[in-house]
Amino acid sequence: MEQAAPDPERLLQPAPLEPLSHPDTGLESVVGEEVKGARDEGPGDGTMTESNFSLKKIEISVSEAEKRTGRNAMNMQETYTAYLIETRSVEHSDGQSVLTDSLWRRYSEFELLRNYLLVYYPHIVVPPLPEKRAEFVWHKLSADNMDPDFVERRRIGLENFLLRLASHPILCRDKIFYLFLTQEGNWKETVNETGFQLKADSRLKALNATFRVKNPDKRFIELKHYSDELQSVISHLLRVRARVADRLYGVYKVHGNYGRVFSEWSAIEKEMGDGLQSAGHHMDVYASSIDDILEDEEHYADQLKEYLFYAEALRAVCRKHELMQYDLEMAAQDLASKKQQCEELATGTVRTFSLKGMTTKLFGQETPEQREARIKMLEEQIKEGEQQLKSKNLEGREFVKNAWADIERFKEQKNHDLKEALISYAVMQISMCKKGIQVWTNAKECFSKM
Amino acid sequence: MEGECRASQARSWGLPAGGAGRDSPGGDAPLPGSISSSALLQTEVLDLDEDEDDLEVFSKDASLMDMNSFSPLMPTSPLSMINQVKFEDEPDLKDLFITVDEPESHVTTIETFITYRIITKTSRGEFDSSEFEVRRRYQDFLWLKEKLEEAHPTLIIPPLPEKFIVKGMVERFNDDFIETRRKALHKFLNRIADHPTLTFNEDFKIFLTAEAWEFSSHKKQGPGLLSRMGQSVRAVALSMKGVKSRPEEFMEMNNFIEIFSHKINLIDKISQRIYKEEREYLDEMKEYGPIHILWSASEEDLADTLKSVASCIDECCKATEKRMSGLSEALLPVVHEYVLYSEMLMAVMKRRDQIQAELDSKVEALTSKKADTDLLTEEIGKLEDKVECANNALKADWDRWRQNMQNDIKSAFTNMAEENILYYEQCLATWESFLTSQTDLHLEEASEDKL
Repeated sequence: MEQAAPDPERLLQPAPLEPLSHPDTGLESVVGEEVKGARDEGPGDGTMTESNFSLKKIEISVSEAEKRTGRNAMNMQETYTAYLIETRSVEHSDGQSVLTDSLWRRYSEFELLRNYLLVYYPHIVVPPLPEKRAEFVWHKLSADNMDPDFVERRRIGLENFLLRLASHPILCRDKIFYLFLTQEGNWKETVNETGFQLKADSRLKALNATFRVKNPDKRFIELKHYSDELQSVISHLLRVRARVADRLYGVYKVHGNYGRVFSEWSAIEKEMGDGLQSAGHHMDVYASSIDDILEDEEHYADQLKEYLFYAEALRAVCRKHELMQYDLEMAAQDLASKKQQCEELATGTVRTFSLKGMTTKLFGQETPEQREARIKMLEEQIKEGEQQLKSKNLEGREFVKNAWADIERFKEQKNHDLKEALISYAVMQISMCKKGIQVWTNAKECFSKM
Repeated sequence: MEGECRASQARSWGLPAGGAGRDSPGGDAPLPGSISSSALLQTEVLDLDEDEDDLEVFSKDASLMDMNSFSPLMPTSPLSMINQVKFEDEPDLKDLFITVDEPESHVTTIETFITYRIITKTSRGEFDSSEFEVRRRYQDFLWLKEKLEEAHPTLIIPPLPEKFIVKGMVERFNDDFIETRRKALHKFLNRIADHPTLTFNEDFKIFLTAEAWEFSSHKKQGPGLLSRMGQSVRAVALSMKGVKSRPEEFMEMNNFIEIFSHKINLIDKISQRIYKEEREYLDEMKEYGPIHILWSASEEDLADTLKSVASCIDECCKATEKRMSGLSEALLPVVHEYVLYSEMLMAVMKRRDQIQAELDSKVEALTSKKADTDLLTEEIGKLEDKVECANNALKADWDRWRQNMQNDIKSAFTNMAEENILYYEQCLATWESFLTSQTDLHLEEASEDKL
């Protein structure tokens, strides 16, 4: 039976009444130095309480990726990538950071962590993982999971995932998350021992199943539509962006050919030779500049992708609400029908169909004792049902309240992050234009000297 | 042909590109033509102080003056004499202006073809009038080129645009094709007009001025198709011989032409490819912008930012279009013309070699005493003159061509660079203003929060 509120057992300490200082304020993001390209606005610290109640700020980084071979569940040789997660705690007094933990994890363990969080925090928009396989690739990029560029981008994505968890007011206190960062061996067993897979509602995964919910909270319906639209528009955007990147690559690279031909031509020219040769060199510079430009853009695409995957997380919360509402309505319906049955038995009118009623009609009346017994049973069931309905109702409202709080938090985060991403895109374009102006100005000078 | 050769030899040295009237009052200074024509030019020359573009100056005059008769009121003032001196320093001043425009489709029972209107404005005395308007079709241009090649086998005749574009599915009468061809034909005629020798060619004059019936009857004269074919067969055989005894400077020239031809062809391909890639990039960008608008419809806080991004992308699209049109105006036609020029150059080399071979074979015949020695010696004498004439003509024209090529290429690539600079500057301005607007908003919001 899933719970709407986090199980205190899974938290390190009872959560304080208000979340600790908002992760976005306070410390600048302090991410491990080895990490390139990690998001600057992403807070690098989380606050965790440890057994001695002292609060320490921590820094998390996914600093390395390594190819490994091993045997999988079916005892077959496989190659996979392992990622080094380093955790540092920052001493308040001198700001120095000390390495406290370092362990290796592979992608499947991240997935396990996330699936666990999805089950125990259904009201939270759980941060998504970076993509499992490379999608939206333009031709130069490899779709191979072992490709070093892909591995690098995934490393950054995994680090971002952990930073998101660490900065989430509720998720950061989860014990399993803490163990993920600190307990290398046996962690998988610990997670599985929670039995979360059993607690998972299979209906949540069943995407096709529809539940006729009579009174869903309208906000969740809107949110579901929004997440569908977001997913659709971001995929479309990413697809076209990949095509644009492809074309841009073509334009730049063909200019490289000028370099070669100018150089060959300059050999037969006396006056024009120098100008041609040096202009050719600039054409080469121009052609090779596209590689860095598009690599930067890939990071922009990754930022958008994160929100593409977030759409799925939003939908999961909406779905959870739908299911709870459905269960509630079913329970209410069931209760109502039992009450009616009870009433009919008591008053002797038969309006609702019941098997007992039919058999009684066919095979004769039941005895007053039998009827009493049934009424009594029903009354007990009704009492139970009313209790259940009350608690379901309460749960439902709690869920809506907590979920909506997290959704508001998410909305602000999304608006902030996407705006920053769009601005960074503009910055990239500006840099590209400046480079272009410089190269072509140099080339023009060479041409004019011919 | 010899006589003409000598005359043209005199003309191909040191004359300004625009050419001067043949009946100049005398002296070395190339004064602008006859008295009557100089009257008109004096007005032009006076106006030149204000206006660099001589074409524009001319058309201004056209509106002011009756072109068919020269007003004797134009004084030969000391001022105009000074300006005439100035005129020598500006060899770009032309006295023959040609435009090719107004392509028109003609349908007959046998065929459909396009004619182009050719307007010629001139102050030269040898022209009966100062303005002419005729219609010619591609075939006629081809005829003109062949006549020029015949008359001046070792001069570098400007190239004609291709008959067809091999690349494919281009319909003969596709608008872009016609426009490209029109521009190339315009260039062709103007290049001839600028050539110190070719500009005075009689067939050229007839091409520009003759009425339709006059022109078609003139075309029918001259060596027929069969004799021309016969000549070309002989020519191929001879040119093989000519290669062996080619003087050093022509070996160098040939070497240059071979390499140049290879490189310019590559550059043509590269430039066309860049244009194609840019077109495809533009097509994708046009789809890219609107997606942001679509997205803004489901957002609240982000809507404005997204719309701004969309409009930036839109601006960049416009800049790309401008860059593409700049390339297709300034770079592509120039490079392509030089591709055709390189073919032309190879033909000129062959013709030179042929002429040389003719001489060589006669010399051979003399040494082996196979025919009448007196006749041969006389023929050899003539051929030696012919060879010397041809070589000199080519040498002079070669230098002129090299110079022009350098200028044209330099100008074309400088324009290409300029187009790219403008493109990036435009895009830069767009994105920078976006950035400023976003940071301004940010500051606005921050200050609002403080209130």
